[in-house]
Amino acid sequence: MNLFKFLDRRASAPVARERLQILLAHERASVCNSNLVALLHKEVLAAISRHIEIDPERVEVNLRERDKISLLEIDIEIDAAMKRTQVGEAA
Amino acid sequence: MSKILVVTSGKGGVGKTTSTAALGAALAQSNHKVAVVDFDVGLRNLDLVMGAERRVVYDLINVANGDTKLHQALIRDKRVDTLHLLAASQTRDKDALTEEGVRRVIDELRERFDWIVCDSPAGIERGATLAMRYADVAVVVANPEISSVRDSDRIIGLLDAKTERAERGERMEKHLLLTRYDAGRAARGEMLHVDDVLEILSIPLIGIIPESEDVLRASNVGSPVTLHTTTSAPARAYMDAARRLCGIDVPMDIPADKKGLLVRLFGRRAA
Repeated sequence: MNLFKFLDRRASAPVARERLQILLAHERASVCNSNLVALLHKEVLAAISRHIEIDPERVEVNLRERDKISLLEIDIEIDAAMKRTQVGEAA
Repeated sequence: MSKILVVTSGKGGVGKTTSTAALGAALAQSNHKVAVVDFDVGLRNLDLVMGAERRVVYDLINVANGDTKLHQALIRDKRVDTLHLLAASQTRDKDALTEEGVRRVIDELRERFDWIVCDSPAGIERGATLAMRYADVAVVVANPEISSVRDSDRIIGLLDAKTERAERGERMEKHLLLTRYDAGRAARGEMLHVDDVLEILSIPLIGIIPESEDVLRASNVGSPVTLHTTTSAPARAYMDAARRLCGIDVPMDIPADKKGLLVRLFGRRAA
């Protein structure tokens, strides 16, 4: 037991590496992608608005980074009433 | 063709000034004309590490503002003819430096020197961004320690965004200089290994400077370590790094102090 504790205490570098990797993945995403996310938000909003009336407040664009992949999430809330109107007009 | 090299790190106390002096002197020792420039306005220290603190009359801000000529402010090193120092001002603050003023000084230095080595202040504020502004190549100094690596990552981001080179859409050449490295502790998992730092920061390695008493000994007497104890492990590591900066292919090893059998057996007493 004591031996395990001893070994555990010594090998602290892997902990440092893991903490850094997680932290930097997060920091890089927030610093580097803040402009990109803002741009995507604007353009996605513009594209959707051409076809469906949406509330700009209810559009969410997020870029999340995990180990090897980045995940782009776009959440758009559409009112049932609005959607019906648009479909009606199209028909 | 002259090169502007910025020595930067984000975090303070990792060895920027020591590395500027050591690399500048190493380059000058191989007959390059070198100017080392202190950008740490208000907290200058490069003059002290170079042993020229009593010879500073004019400084970077005097030249940048046009109060004095460059040649009057440059201090020629007494040991190496091709090495010059441009000190920072101790009485002014960082706002005294302007982008335009720094550009004029750098342009003038380019005409006279092969290497202009800019010692950046710590932090990511004006002083640090001005030191890197006109750089062609950057040496990012880091210790194998989490806060230093994190700050280096931030500085790498700034080098790719805030330098003139980056703004022109050109590639900014960046190198990692790992200082205060203890190979034994890294092998035992007590310290971030060089491979860990390289994997995290993803920039090429220019040198590994081992933790050594010789670094403090050299700065105590006001000498770049590469001039003070030329055969010491850190001096050899800095000289190798300087050769790599010149494009020479030098195998990467971690220099260790050469210890004879007697030293190994009797430790400090025999040393």
